[in-house]
Amino acid sequence: MLRAADDTFRLNADFFDYTIIALYFAVVLGIGVLARRQVSSSLDFFLSGRSLPAWVTGLAFISANLGAVEIMGMSANGAEFGVATFHYFWIGAVPAMLFLGIVMMPFYYGSGVRSVPEFMRRRFGTGAHLVNALSFSIAQLLIAGINLYLLATIVNRLLGWPLWVSLIVAAIVVLSYITLGGLSAAIYNEVLQFFVIVAALTPLTIIALHKVGGWQGIKDKVQPGPEQLSSWPGTDLTGIDNPVLSTIGIVFGLGFVLSFGYWTTNFVEVQRAMASDSLSSARRAPIIGAFPKMFIPFIVIIPGMAAAIIIPEIANLKSGQGDAGGATYNDAILLLMRDLLPNGMLGVAIAGLLASFMAGMAANISAFNTVFSYDLWQQYVKKDRPDGYYLGVGRVATVAATVIAIGTAYFASNYDNLMNYLQTLFGFFNAPLFATFILGMFWKRMSATAGWTGLVAGTAAAVAVAFLSEDAFGGASTGVLELSGQGASFAAAGAAFVVDIVVSVVVTFMTRPRDPKELEGLVYSLTPKESLVDPDEGSLPWYQSPTKLAGMGLAIVIVLNLMFR
Amino acid sequence: MSEQQQKKKAGVFDIRFVIGGLLGIYGVILILLGLFNATEEELARGDGLNINLWGGIGMLVVAIAFAAWARLRPVVVPADPT
Repeated sequence: MLRAADDTFRLNADFFDYTIIALYFAVVLGIGVLARRQVSSSLDFFLSGRSLPAWVTGLAFISANLGAVEIMGMSANGAEFGVATFHYFWIGAVPAMLFLGIVMMPFYYGSGVRSVPEFMRRRFGTGAHLVNALSFSIAQLLIAGINLYLLATIVNRLLGWPLWVSLIVAAIVVLSYITLGGLSAAIYNEVLQFFVIVAALTPLTIIALHKVGGWQGIKDKVQPGPEQLSSWPGTDLTGIDNPVLSTIGIVFGLGFVLSFGYWTTNFVEVQRAMASDSLSSARRAPIIGAFPKMFIPFIVIIPGMAAAIIIPEIANLKSGQGDAGGATYNDAILLLMRDLLPNGMLGVAIAGLLASFMAGMAANISAFNTVFSYDLWQQYVKKDRPDGYYLGVGRVATVAATVIAIGTAYFASNYDNLMNYLQTLFGFFNAPLFATFILGMFWKRMSATAGWTGLVAGTAAAVAVAFLSEDAFGGASTGVLELSGQGASFAAAGAAFVVDIVVSVVVTFMTRPRDPKELEGLVYSLTPKESLVDPDEGSLPWYQSPTKLAGMGLAIVIVLNLMFR
Repeated sequence: MSEQQQKKKAGVFDIRFVIGGLLGIYGVILILLGLFNATEEELARGDGLNINLWGGIGMLVVAIAFAAWARLRPVVVPADPT
């Protein structure tokens, strides 16, 4: 997690910058008001009536993830570790997004479920469903609070407003556009945010590269040496000294378990694709999103690397000599903005950062209200009410989630480390989820009991590894295993995956399988092949065919990996 | 339900006009700032690169492209199924 902003520096925004920022907020709220006109049923509010074109849901898919952690965190990693940071995009995201579009989306969209936990309920019954829906809801509230906290600290640093004023103003803006327009407003704003973020970071990258003397300048001046220019084996990034183990850690831990767990089961992401207008659009959404995802690191990591050369504070921090002035790597982008951008472009950059943090929070809250209304309230509290009732529940849940997020944000400002460990902990729910889903989708014998026992055992295994590592839970970790930093979370995720599979298989053979009739549309071998593809898919041009697009995406990401190896 | 009702266009509420509009306004503001408000001190920070001007031009081009796309391939809103 990002550190709290110290009052070490301010950005000197002037009238023009404020005008640009104000214009952005006016448009954001305007979208909320316009989208409200179209909300007529709960399906509209929660899944946008399944009516959005693929390029919109595809960009929203990326934008929902392009929050604070991504922009500040990845530019910080770029400044600290260099080119190895590209792994988070090319290994840790793109393959999983393509896999989601090709293999898993037909089950999600085709079965007509409204959320990922609902798929869980229909495949494994209420045990696994309750574990999944509860852990997801709580995690979203926590992460929304963290995003809000970061949003407020940036407002505080940029504009000098007190933290509590920033918190409440930021929360009100996010709340108003989601309650007004539901998921449509959130998604349309995410698409707009995507372009504002790109419009903010691209000029920053260009001017930073100009200043440092182009890519050649980075190659000549990067410190401590040329190992920062190659992505493999990434020993600095993983904290694993052995290059072979480090490579295995990146490929299996980050590239397979963590990234597939995150991208394929996280409802925040999947919800965007489910709002598509057809099955082939739903499959295209993550695949279309994968293309910008490949190139975002160029406008996030490269400025970070440049900052470590041209910004004196970051350069001093990295060399360990001289005065870093209280700056951390997370300040790389902000310091570049302060030192390089003239008024005007500074306003665009600030608007872009605010956009990014709001996108993150809005995504968490809109996913939370869906799961809360459909999966918790409708399933376990009040069944069989009219549609309008759940729409009302959704709106109340949105307001409540925002208020709770303000509380979480306050908490985060006081217990920085604790929040960090909680985030690590919730990350552990994803790895076993992926194992359970993939097993359940392709193995019809897998029983309901195996579903929830696998999840619980897998998560417990991840938590155990984190406690045995050197620092995954800070002081609470015992250091029995010589793993620290990213290497520890890769190992924890790997353990969760393996334990989940083993426990699920063992429990399945001890329990009764489910009636195959109930599993139609949910398990590969029991689903008619026609329902897994759109009937008109054969006649689509290449740029609309999910498989051809995914093949292209895979080819490009392999070329990128070879270029920066 | 008549054919005409079904072919309602999204018009200025098309998200592409919204994106194009915002980027276009940003582009114009930045170009003007780059032309008339660029001080020596500001330019020296970026080693002489007038990022307001060039960034503004870039945004304006993207804005025009969005507007053209939305004009050439308008979104057809299906009529309310109720």
